[in-house]
Amino acid sequence: MTGIRLSVPDTATQGEVVEIKALIRHPMESGFRRGSRGEVIPRDIISRFECDLDGALVFASDFHPAIAANPLITFHMKAQTSGTLTFRWTDQNGEVWSDTASITVT
Amino acid sequence: MTDKPLLHATRRHFLTAGGGAVLISTLPLSAFAAEADLLKARTDLFGDRPIQEGRVTVKLPPIAENGHSVPLTVSVESPMTQDDYVKQIAILSPRNPLPLIGQFHLTPLSGKAVVSSRIRMSGTQAIQAVAEMSDGSLWSGSMETVVTLAACVVL
Repeated sequence: MTGIRLSVPDTATQGEVVEIKALIRHPMESGFRRGSRGEVIPRDIISRFECDLDGALVFASDFHPAIAANPLITFHMKAQTSGTLTFRWTDQNGEVWSDTASITVT
Repeated sequence: MTDKPLLHATRRHFLTAGGGAVLISTLPLSAFAAEADLLKARTDLFGDRPIQEGRVTVKLPPIAENGHSVPLTVSVESPMTQDDYVKQIAILSPRNPLPLIGQFHLTPLSGKAVVSSRIRMSGTQAIQAVAEMSDGSLWSGSMETVVTLAACVVL
């Protein structure tokens, strides 16, 4: 599954606080739903999201079943150095999806 | 013949008293149970450290037509410097099957303590956010939203 969409500004001025958005396509099955035959649909959620800038953690989040499907997360970063942002999602079974975006700070 | 009205009266008394007792005991109990869940989740996260009201703003639509995806924005008043920043924001619900909705971990690199996401809500309730600062102090804020179509059946 590669439904990752990122919104990161290409450039930023030194000290500017930029907005970053990250979305991944995922059903975030809560484990509380039942199928057509009354059987419980097993839980399948992304439990962890991390964003780092060249190895330094910028933002992380622990997701629980009450995070809506296709989790979208908007957060901020203070632009200090140019670098590569790595976004990483880990699901409950340890499967990892990741993507990167670069930002140039002037 | 003489004691029949007496029996009738006691039976009626018993029924009304019993009905009233059932009403009184069931209604607030469910509310307390949900509130207790939230408090338990909060204690699991932060122990018995005092939580002050303020500095945290929760933004939700006043009416959410669909509880499956409700946009949520949390902001915390903080300078977000190396020595004074928001470490963690926990989002809690008093009515969902699981009281803990999500946790956001911030760093001094975050620059601004404003985070948005989309959450599921199983009915009208006041969503609470608790922020843990780098100095260990805890602050909270909440906002109530009316949910028209709850996600309770399918959450």
